[in-house]
Amino acid sequence: MENEIIVGIGGAAGDGGASTADNLALTCARQGLNVYNYTSYQSLIRGGHSWIRQRISAGKVTNVGDQVQGMIALNQDTMDRHLQELKSGGVCVYNGDKVKPGKAPEGVQLCPLPVFELAGKDALPIMQNTVALGALTGLLGLEFESLSSVFEHTFKKKPQVVKANIEAAKSGFDFAKKTYKVVSNPLGKTGAKLAMVHGNNMLAFGAANAGCKVYCAYPMSPATGVLHWMAGHGKDLGICVRQVEDEIGVANMTIGAGQMGVRAMCATSGGGFALMTEAIGMASIMEIPVVMINVMRGGPSTGLPTKQEQGDLNQAIGASQGDFQRVIIAPTSIADCYTTMEEAFNYAEKYQMPVLILSDLLMSEGHMTLETSFLDRQFKIERGEMIFEDDGKPKTYLRYKDTPSGVSPRAIPGLPNHLYVSATDEHDEDGVTISDVYTDPITRKKVVDKRERKMAGVLNELPKPTLVGPADADTTIVTYGSTWGVASEAVERLNKEGIKCNHLSVKYLVPFQEKEVTELLKNKKKIIVVEMNKGGQFARHLRAETGITAHANVRKYDGEPFEPKHVVNAIKEVLKGKNLVEVSSIEPGWRTPHPPGPGVLSTSSTH
Amino acid sequence: MSTATLVAREAKQYKPEVPPDWCPGCGDYGVLTVLQRAVAELGIPNEKLMVVSGIGCSSNLPGFFKSYGMHSLHGRSLPVATGTKMANHEMTVIACGGDGDGFGIGQGHFIHSMRRNVNMTYIVMDNEIYGLTTGQTSPTSEKGMKTKSTPNGNPEGQLNPIALALAAGCGFVARGFSGDINHLKSLYTQAIQYPGFAFIDVFSPCVTFNKQNTFGWFKERVYKLEEKGHNPGDWASGMERSKEWGTQIPIGVFYKNPTPQPSIDAEDPALQGKGLATIQNLGLTKDQRKKLIEEYI
Ligand SMILES: Cc1ncc(C[n+]2csc(CCOP(=O)(O)OP(=O)(O)O)c2C)c(N)n1
Ligand code: SF4
Ligand SMILES: [Mg+2]
Repeated sequence: MENEIIVGIGGAAGDGGASTADNLALTCARQGLNVYNYTSYQSLIRGGHSWIRQRISAGKVTNVGDQVQGMIALNQDTMDRHLQELKSGGVCVYNGDKVKPGKAPEGVQLCPLPVFELAGKDALPIMQNTVALGALTGLLGLEFESLSSVFEHTFKKKPQVVKANIEAAKSGFDFAKKTYKVVSNPLGKTGAKLAMVHGNNMLAFGAANAGCKVYCAYPMSPATGVLHWMAGHGKDLGICVRQVEDEIGVANMTIGAGQMGVRAMCATSGGGFALMTEAIGMASIMEIPVVMINVMRGGPSTGLPTKQEQGDLNQAIGASQGDFQRVIIAPTSIADCYTTMEEAFNYAEKYQMPVLILSDLLMSEGHMTLETSFLDRQFKIERGEMIFEDDGKPKTYLRYKDTPSGVSPRAIPGLPNHLYVSATDEHDEDGVTISDVYTDPITRKKVVDKRERKMAGVLNELPKPTLVGPADADTTIVTYGSTWGVASEAVERLNKEGIKCNHLSVKYLVPFQEKEVTELLKNKKKIIVVEMNKGGQFARHLRAETGITAHANVRKYDGEPFEPKHVVNAIKEVLKGKNLVEVSSIEPGWRTPHPPGPGVLSTSSTH
Repeated sequence: MSTATLVAREAKQYKPEVPPDWCPGCGDYGVLTVLQRAVAELGIPNEKLMVVSGIGCSSNLPGFFKSYGMHSLHGRSLPVATGTKMANHEMTVIACGGDGDGFGIGQGHFIHSMRRNVNMTYIVMDNEIYGLTTGQTSPTSEKGMKTKSTPNGNPEGQLNPIALALAAGCGFVARGFSGDINHLKSLYTQAIQYPGFAFIDVFSPCVTFNKQNTFGWFKERVYKLEEKGHNPGDWASGMERSKEWGTQIPIGVFYKNPTPQPSIDAEDPALQGKGLATIQNLGLTKDQRKKLIEEYI
């Protein structure tokens, strides 16, 4: 893509790479440039290697992209690992007083900065980042005013800090512009008004915008960002936020709140989600609305706490004993995380069942720019059939009344004349348990059918899936959730190269839009499922729901995200006859060999 | 809850059409009847009561009590009850269940709920056995006790829930006996009126599966703390008394904090109004969104 540059910022955890990257992203956003950001890091608080890739473009960006062109090496390790990855026409910026350059690839400029001289001998070590950021800003063709306004905004209350940062950045900016050549494809400017957001923030902000009033959690990467957002904003927004003793408590407390007519939510990752599963069945049989998020990371067990995978689909589908009614949605992008919350709470309340959200580390911990107008939307609040008032007349209220839609009007506890007990034991329309009666197959069948009828209502309401790309292509790439981003770019590229194909992105996993998906896929000669796990969990789900077996599969499960080139190349291999391509990130910079010595333990980690 | 303005009612107003289906003579009958009398005496309207249980014979109680109720999962009455209280702090919330439910599978929530100090009452029907699953050992079974799962005698030690509650910082800790109804009623009314987490362990014999800790066994042993000059404001002496077991077993209030700590529902900034459940206009205002968007530019 023209008019776009991928930048890498690397250092040890604790070196300040993240805030450097944030400031660069905000600088770009202020110029109306889109940014997509992904950090590969280790589960360490300090040390290790942290590599932040930021793709900057005047056009839309949906993934991390392929090849880095600009780099800030905050330490020697970054220089040694990543220099060879740089694309011709690119620049490598580093502190010339501290870091020794490697041999630059053809067409790549090495840009050492005399940081001591520029920032002054007494400057704080962190100022090397600011000098480097100033230099990179200049070399990418960005305007200095955009960067300085970011400092002014970020440190609003500390004019001294603003001044020191602007001076350091300016020295780097001027020095670099004077000494080195600007990249071969400098970035421009657009008029867009952009905000820079995380997926976790979008889940939380979206939930707040959808009226969530109780949030419970137990910390677990990569879902903890939702808790931090809620904890930080709960007081202002009137959201009750509880850190509970474990995820079993989390799920049960959330459900207790949901029963009372409050929109309630919780979030975790796979391990915590495992502990929640008994409660999910409870919400289902008691018909209580709740939204539960699983931000997937590499599994099984503790697995890869800080790495990407889409491996919890089977777990979500099987997250309770028995036939249990629930909706499972996998948002397809960081932006979609926001709007999915609007739907999730509406489905939960209208159909009185748990709604499970499958996000993943790629979205939740990734950043992306979004139009501010996109965020400033009033969400539609649809609460379904609820009874908030009592007319004073005694009546026989049936909490679980058998209705054609399966939805029973829900009275909010606290109202006179509507008393009921909700039980996890099977129960009749009045809530009285039938589990202990001698035998009652007729009632049992009736109430199971009633609950299951609600699924048809949800199914009917889901937005219809579509094929993107040439409709008559007989090759279709099918993805679920966040893999939408990289696959949609791959499909565009393949078509440009003359390989005709289109893309089906599936967001709604349960209930599955069997009819629509079958219709879209029925005459395709090559159906290729692209997903991030080893076992092909989505391919199997597709087959289970539609009877369609993908002709080929492209999978990645090495912890790092797909890049568009991985998908493009894999599809080409498939078209040459392969039916399974397992992709991996092979550049040496991705790898951190285990430190020598037996039993090395990380003493502080982010699990 | 504050019951100052309420007028006493009749216990039968809390009896639903469904009769209890416990074994004849089960201790849980007493626990239920007394609870109905206690809330009647306090005059709490049925619709302002939320009774939450786990799973077990004892956890069937909400089904036999005319109020709002949740018969939740084994061991989970406390987090569920906490959720209901957060969402609507105007309700009087009573959690209940068995010794297996609360001290076995649910022990983590037990400790943390006391530490968390939500304003609610927790009643454990302690029969020193797993009743519903037909008689296995429980955390409060005595060492050496023969049950279906310990035919050679329980090899494990017996949990002391009173000492545990005191150590966990519970502000109201009491023990009752289903065989002494009037005494039990006074424990309930005190617990419900206590402005924080209140725990009552009730000896509630299982006549079917526990042939050791029977009504008679308890009758011979229990004595009332208040009759032996125990000062319930004295935590250390409550702890001392909690160790008594064997021929003399105390019932009554072990500890009642004379200066109760504010409960979290009283302090949570989000719970200052009439209750989250009463909010009708859901979602953020334009101004709130604007302020949030500011954080990302
Ligand atoms: C997760 C789970 N494990 C096990 C059970 C089976 N179970 C039901 S009740 C119970 C124990 C009941 O003992 P207690 O809580 O003391 O109640 P009681 O019947 O004695 O009143 C068990 C183990 C269950 N329902 N759920
Ligand atoms: S089994 Fe025991 S606890 Fe259960 S109802 Fe019968 S007597 Fe009561
Ligand atoms: Mg028991």
